[in-house]
Amino acid sequence: MCGIVGLYLKDEALQPRLGALMAKMLAEMTERGPDSAGFAVYRDGPPVPTLSCLGPVGFDWDAAAASLASATGTTVDVERIADHALLRVAGDLRAARAHLIDAFPAIDVLATGEAIEIFKGVGDPMEVARVFGLEGRSGTHGIAHTRMATESAVTIAGSHPFSTGPDTCLVHNGSLSNHFLLRGFLEARGEKLQTENDSEVAAAFLSWRMREGDTLKEALEAALKRLDGFYTLTIGTRDGFAVLRDPIACKPAVLAETDQWVAMASEFRAIAQLPGVEHARIWEPEPGVVYSWGGEGMRAAA
Amino acid sequence: MMTAEAITNAGVLDLAEMSVRDANATLQAATEGAFTLRNPGGRHALACGLMHPVSVTVEGHAGYYCGGMNKEAEITIRGNAGTGVAENIMSGIVRVTGDASQSAGATGHGGLVVIEGNASARCGISMKGVDIVVGGNVGHMSAFMAQAGNLVVLGDAGEDLGDSIYEARLFVRGSVKRLGTDCIEKEMRPEHVAIVAGLLDRAGLFADPSEFRRYGSARRLYNFKIDNVGSY
Repeated sequence: MCGIVGLYLKDEALQPRLGALMAKMLAEMTERGPDSAGFAVYRDGPPVPTLSCLGPVGFDWDAAAASLASATGTTVDVERIADHALLRVAGDLRAARAHLIDAFPAIDVLATGEAIEIFKGVGDPMEVARVFGLEGRSGTHGIAHTRMATESAVTIAGSHPFSTGPDTCLVHNGSLSNHFLLRGFLEARGEKLQTENDSEVAAAFLSWRMREGDTLKEALEAALKRLDGFYTLTIGTRDGFAVLRDPIACKPAVLAETDQWVAMASEFRAIAQLPGVEHARIWEPEPGVVYSWGGEGMRAAA
Repeated sequence: MMTAEAITNAGVLDLAEMSVRDANATLQAATEGAFTLRNPGGRHALACGLMHPVSVTVEGHAGYYCGGMNKEAEITIRGNAGTGVAENIMSGIVRVTGDASQSAGATGHGGLVVIEGNASARCGISMKGVDIVVGGNVGHMSAFMAQAGNLVVLGDAGEDLGDSIYEARLFVRGSVKRLGTDCIEKEMRPEHVAIVAGLLDRAGLFADPSEFRRYGSARRLYNFKIDNVGSY
């Protein structure tokens, strides 16, 4: 069992409260996944190319930043938060990610993008939210996850969300049965996976399909054919998010929409406290159907 | 503050101010009367295990297993219900004015479950005598391994309706995306029209009973003996 929440704001006035609203949603999903948690927030404001990274205690982030600057020929700024670091770079994020993974095996690159920031940790989800200041974060949209591990160890890196490419990430409730075979298939096609987690394979699958030219909708439709197992997925993109359930709907999901926001959660109770929920259209997403929201770019992608 | 004595037979239970456990204990202790549950907030296991003819109105959306194991009580959820609403209902009525999630009325032995909106997958799974009336559609695998009772669907049914069905009767007004294993269409005789008419009347939903088609077991999958038909 795991818990998923997602919140996409239509009303800009709510952006300063994004993290506070998400924290309440996440708190309600604690019982579904008390062993670890994580969240992705898409910042409002101008784009800032960023790598969200996780490292061991005492890791020398300044040395990693210097190495990255030297390898990419750009400046790198470091913002440290607990065992995470946000590396702000100028230049090619994909190359920067590949350099960090190859040169510093001790760290995990959790996300890359111009708006996305990802934080994750083990233990009480509300403690993870507190350490990384979820409540105070503003943004346009975000997704979060509480984990009850089934397919791989309870580790920080094994917590969700998993990045699926620039400014794109995924959270998963369920378990995949063909992730081992798919992992080999994807690694042979150049995907760099960092954990033993089955959900990361789903993320890498979408990343591979979109790199091959699929739109997000096409990538998710391909996932319906290739992912074997149980899943409710929520995917964040630069300017929107999408929801997909497996064709037999083994894992729960509720969607709700008002003029101000679109929300997704494993259970309605996570949505119950959102402002204006009494006027929301609330429904259960159909199995095997791709749902997506977002701006022009997202609509084009979906 | 209300005392337990004052709310034995009627009252408002506000879940913004009291726990689900306390609210359920009050409802379970009452032998008659009418109650309103306010601020349900999608919480699980509301109004479960009621064994007396009390009336309960849930003012909002309920989480999982609302009205589970109901006996004699009349429960109305003014909103949507999560997974397993009225699971294992024995008697009484559970009504949902909105939509119900998966496994509505699962394993129900008796009583009536009314979903005025849509019910999603596995509605009436393993039903054992309950009557279920759905105003909208039902999702895939509804009435899976259904053993007894009636499922009346005013809208459409999803894939694999009545898979591995025993002796329940399924009535669908709209389309059936695909019948499950050993489930077949059967003749709609006058007594079946009368059953549908009676259930629609009890459910307070309006449709022409003659528009429904009947589905049931082909009896090829389980060891059915015609000599025992009177037992069903």
